[in-house]
Amino acid sequence: MSIQEFVAPHSLSEAKSLLADGAMASVLAGGTDLLVGVRLGTRSPERVVDLKKIPELTAISVDAEALHIGAAASAFSILHDSDVPSFFPGFAEALDLIGSTQIQGRCSAGGNLCNASPAADSIPALIANGAQCVITGPAGDHQMPVEDFVLGPSKNALKEGELLVALILPRPSSQTADAYLRLTPRTEMDIAVAGVGVSLTLDGEGTCTAARVSIGAVAPTALLVEAAGAALIGTQLEATAIEAAVAAAREAACPISDKRGTAEYRTHVVGVLVARAIAQAQARIVEASS
Amino acid sequence: MNKPLNKMAVQATINGEPTAFLCSPGQVLADVLRDELELIGTKIGCNTGDCGACSVLVNDRLVCACLVLAAEVEGQAVQTIEGVAEGGVLHPVQHKLLEHAGLQCGICTPGVVIAAKALIEHNPNPTEEQARYWLAGNLCRCTGYDKIIRAVLDAAQQMREDAAV
Repeated sequence: MSIQEFVAPHSLSEAKSLLADGAMASVLAGGTDLLVGVRLGTRSPERVVDLKKIPELTAISVDAEALHIGAAASAFSILHDSDVPSFFPGFAEALDLIGSTQIQGRCSAGGNLCNASPAADSIPALIANGAQCVITGPAGDHQMPVEDFVLGPSKNALKEGELLVALILPRPSSQTADAYLRLTPRTEMDIAVAGVGVSLTLDGEGTCTAARVSIGAVAPTALLVEAAGAALIGTQLEATAIEAAVAAAREAACPISDKRGTAEYRTHVVGVLVARAIAQAQARIVEASS
Repeated sequence: MNKPLNKMAVQATINGEPTAFLCSPGQVLADVLRDELELIGTKIGCNTGDCGACSVLVNDRLVCACLVLAAEVEGQAVQTIEGVAEGGVLHPVQHKLLEHAGLQCGICTPGVVIAAKALIEHNPNPTEEQARYWLAGNLCRCTGYDKIIRAVLDAAQQMREDAAV
């Protein structure tokens, strides 16, 4: 391995200076992408900055407005040691689809996002839930919606010396629920042919008052399909509304053909998953309010 | 792999014993366990986190030792296959794997034992489906998995019965 230096700072300010002094540095959260990349020769950092000793990077907290998930918190911690699954069952299911138990013991939601794979499972779920990225760096702190953070395969919006600190998910009301579904050839340890994240809000009469639909693995980045959400708002989620959302998602999809499926197949499947994810999110709201 | 230029001194608890070792900054835990500490029960298969042969616990969390830098375990507790049997008495998971013939070549077995033990500690009464999902990251090319799953469920049952006595 090319790694010449390993540092585990205890504060954000230390981490920022370690990332900004010109060394070829990579941050380390779970390492499930970084260390594989180093082994395969696609990543060659000289300095590795382990983020897991920085409290803000692993903390998971809930307040009246939002859930804050440290960017380096492991999927296992989010799934088993936090309230996140009760607020965001769809986002939790997306994390639970990543790799094996061993991988989930290490991999983080922040890492899945920064790695910026087109097929990343957690990204459509984050986008559907309106998640924001908290970024710090030499020029100070700022926030950015997740849908703007991923620029292309393996490309994110972090500038030189910047660091993803946390993800903020607006706290859902009792009338809001999410869902994430993906298709893979195998049930486990596989990468999405297509993935769909949906978040819906219904009023007391079952009318949809807010909707976000995000599709993954069918474009260079996960996409927020605003037209699909718009097709649902103001409706009772009747068949014509769902068909319109499905059509909008298929229209937005621009997949490649590869060993996991042809572009035509992926475009078809993403629509099927949109309809099912809408039904699942709706069922969650109905169940919670009955 | 470049020749390591500098070594780091790391102190960790390994199988309950305070342990100090030297490692290079890019050296992974699996290599340190095997090459520096002579704990060769941890096997290396794919070296990219896919096969689970190098499964260990770090602070009770199931991980692949090939995807952990050794320097990360400073101050932490590592459990390997060598720490599973106590005083020469096999753990129920080990015993049941033998009884159900849940191993053939044995390369995956240390990782299976560590992962299965972690499953039962996390969920003492797993369903077959839960066991299969939990162990999906432990590849075995010999058994076809069925005997492993039967052994793990049987071990869980025995551990529940032992705990109830």
